[in-house]
Amino acid sequence: MKLNVDGKSHEVDVEDDMPLLWVLRDELGITGVKYGCGIAQCGACTVHVDGVAVRSCQLAAGDVDGDITTIAGLGSPDALHAVQAAWVEHQVAQCGYCQSGQIMQAASFLDLNTAPTDDQIDEAMSGNLCRCGTYPRIRAAVKTAAAKLQGA
Amino acid sequence: MGRLKTIARRSFLIGSAAIVGGVAFGAYLVKRDPENPLSLDAAAGDAVFNPWVKINADGITLIAPHADLGQGAASMQAMLIAEELDVELDQIITSYGRPAATYYNTALAAEAVPFRSNDEGFAAETMRSTMGAVMKVLGAQVTGGSTSVPDSFDKLREAGAVARETLKAAAAAETGLDVSQLKTERAAVVLPDGTRMNYTELAARAAQMDPVTEVNLRDPAQWRLIGKPLQRIDILAKSTGTQTYSIDLKVEGMVHASVRMNPRKGAPMLGFDASAAEGMRGVSQIIGLPYGVAVVADNTWRAFRALEEIEIDWDVAPYPAEQDQHWAEVAASFVPERLDKEWRNDGDVDAALDGAEVFEAEYRAPYVAHQPLEPLSAIVKVSDGRVDIWASHQLPRFVQQRVAAKLDMETDQIHLHNQHAGGSFGHRLEFDNIDVTVDVARELPDTPVKLTFRREEDFAQDYNRQIGMARGRGTHANGQVTTLDLDIATVSASRSQSGRLGAPVPGPDTQIAAGAWNMRYAVPNLRVRAYAVPELAPTSSWRSVGASTAGFFAESFLDELIHAAGADPMSERLRLVNDPDARAVLEAVAEMSNWGSPLGPRKGRGVALVTSFGVPVAEVVEVTDTDDGIKIDRVWLAAEVGRVVDPVNFENVVAGGVIWGLGHAMNSEITYSDGRAEQDNYHLAEGMRLHQCPVIEVRALENNPNIRGIGEPPVPPAAPALANAIFAATGIRLREMPFFKTVSFV
Repeated sequence: MKLNVDGKSHEVDVEDDMPLLWVLRDELGITGVKYGCGIAQCGACTVHVDGVAVRSCQLAAGDVDGDITTIAGLGSPDALHAVQAAWVEHQVAQCGYCQSGQIMQAASFLDLNTAPTDDQIDEAMSGNLCRCGTYPRIRAAVKTAAAKLQGA
Repeated sequence: MGRLKTIARRSFLIGSAAIVGGVAFGAYLVKRDPENPLSLDAAAGDAVFNPWVKINADGITLIAPHADLGQGAASMQAMLIAEELDVELDQIITSYGRPAATYYNTALAAEAVPFRSNDEGFAAETMRSTMGAVMKVLGAQVTGGSTSVPDSFDKLREAGAVARETLKAAAAAETGLDVSQLKTERAAVVLPDGTRMNYTELAARAAQMDPVTEVNLRDPAQWRLIGKPLQRIDILAKSTGTQTYSIDLKVEGMVHASVRMNPRKGAPMLGFDASAAEGMRGVSQIIGLPYGVAVVADNTWRAFRALEEIEIDWDVAPYPAEQDQHWAEVAASFVPERLDKEWRNDGDVDAALDGAEVFEAEYRAPYVAHQPLEPLSAIVKVSDGRVDIWASHQLPRFVQQRVAAKLDMETDQIHLHNQHAGGSFGHRLEFDNIDVTVDVARELPDTPVKLTFRREEDFAQDYNRQIGMARGRGTHANGQVTTLDLDIATVSASRSQSGRLGAPVPGPDTQIAAGAWNMRYAVPNLRVRAYAVPELAPTSSWRSVGASTAGFFAESFLDELIHAAGADPMSERLRLVNDPDARAVLEAVAEMSNWGSPLGPRKGRGVALVTSFGVPVAEVVEVTDTDDGIKIDRVWLAAEVGRVVDPVNFENVVAGGVIWGLGHAMNSEITYSDGRAEQDNYHLAEGMRLHQCPVIEVRALENNPNIRGIGEPPVPPAAPALANAIFAATGIRLREMPFFKTVSFV
């Protein structure tokens, strides 16, 4: 099957029911997408399909019907997305393992809601688990990114 | 080649022969410095000034031997070396180097001795020195016990200073100038005329010289980096998905694998039927192991899926199968023959309780899993005469020794390539991922095997926090707490863990009553006794170890006694507190939280003070009893740490410790049924989520001359402060974690 990932087209030979997560990680070597729980409880595997955040551990490869963006396609160390820049500015990460998913969740959310309230941020980000407890900085970074994106 | 025999003299000086557990180590062995591991790999032109600094024409490498588990250890260690070396953090790379005895932990001994951390008496200091000598002889390179900062603070600055002065000597030799005319900045020696000689250019010359070892450390007033808000060296990678963890690594020719081990932990497998998995796409091998079955495949998910198709017959658990049996064993342990140690006995508790109106209460703390977000994994390649291991571990030398013993090889044939971890919280002190991956890889010689645990397997195989109970008896008179008698019974996580390490710790378990017996209060009659419950399900160190349970027991019971006495929880603690550092942190949170100011309806504040790892931490929690459940509004925390090295990361890790303590107290436990852990993924052991997170305000106090680590100490006061706040708001006293058994949370 054909998958469009981060602007590149890939031909992959996998079972229809292989979760997109494992196609990305083990077939295409895109390891910024993380395995955390495998049951949509932690959000570490979050990617965008046509700009919308989805849990790639729950999306079968055969059901992908749009362009996939991973953390690697969102921005790079040399060209940060506004959300990534906010994550750097607030020094959010501790272990960092959940942060790809947090950033992808935030980027999709802010794309749909440019002026979120505190409650809306809390609601949007509560499906993403952070075991280190970086939540206060995630909140702050989402607000900074929202302000930056609004000004853009 | 530069080679240094006497590095960091102050940290290594140990006066006399060490005698512990009947073993006598000669003073010679104790004083001999371990070899510099960097010299083993050094090429011509590499200046390896000491075990922490390597400079050659290509660049500057700082060795940061403490594992970065998310706590920012790599940045902290780099900062300490860079401060004295006069390099900026964007001019260096860090490396774990190879595991080595040189990197033995000089600070670990402080918490391993049965003395209060503020006890500087002769007996306490002698024992610390003795234990320190043991750590050195063992070459105990350990990340744990909140010791990375205290272990590193002096010796890494000295390592930087030695390298700097040697580079200056090289420049002096090159130019004929006197060293006193030379300055250093941004990785260069600067001559009086402004000419810059880069360290990388001086390296070849410096490599020919004996390092300058007589160095002075700078006055704190001159520091450019320490204590300043800097950018973590890994922050860009961790904000762009480019940080590589061991689960992400790819080694040429690698295959994927996964495993199912007996969920009745520690018991063998009796047999299996893999016929349904054979021939599944991508599956190359199905390997029966004494304790389970592994599948080797060309993709992790294919290995996971094949494992699900295998029918396995498991032996029974080596511990009671049902949770109520575990509790019954704990409850039966408050007996003289299981007394591990009476840690404290001030006044006359028995006389005070005799005939008095005694207030009694009983508390429970469950097993809890570690479950960092990066699941356990390892890559292992077994070749002829050499084994390579890629994994994150807190005990790298133990990994080498364990694998060498398993494969009947020499330790130096085992090459561990340590990695940054996606969290640990104590999980990466254990060896299951290493053991299993070695067992699979030895079946596939010369092939690197990456073995990944499913999250469900990770939960099933976790070594949880100790289960425990406490029984308190106390009295009060005239509005004051007069007697506090606390008996604590838990399984010994330290013995469980050290037994698996093959290095059982002699004497009483210092952790069973840690955070309780050392309470910095002068209650007239105060007794704390620790009882050791015989091993049940295996347990291990969980962020803050004993204090995570004993601190909850002690500060909950004290709070109950204060309420029974009709006193204010803050005022009575301030009246009882008997140590200036503890008083200062209590006063700080009282001021920060505006303690005593009126609260709205259905709101309450709770306070707790627990000292662990030498750090007194006070926390105030404020909650609202809403129609949707308890909402944790705010937390204020003050901690006495001696000195903050990295303020940005300090605040993050401390807040994270509060969230860890609160979240697990709210909703996390492991219970056993049919010998298996009943919780197998995060939906059943959730921890805190973002919408539940309070506003957290952190204050560091720097009054004490001893520098301390902060990874664990914020955890223990969180649970009792929350329970005490919920009592204040609702009148409901929570005596058992997790609290969601009794109250609901928003």
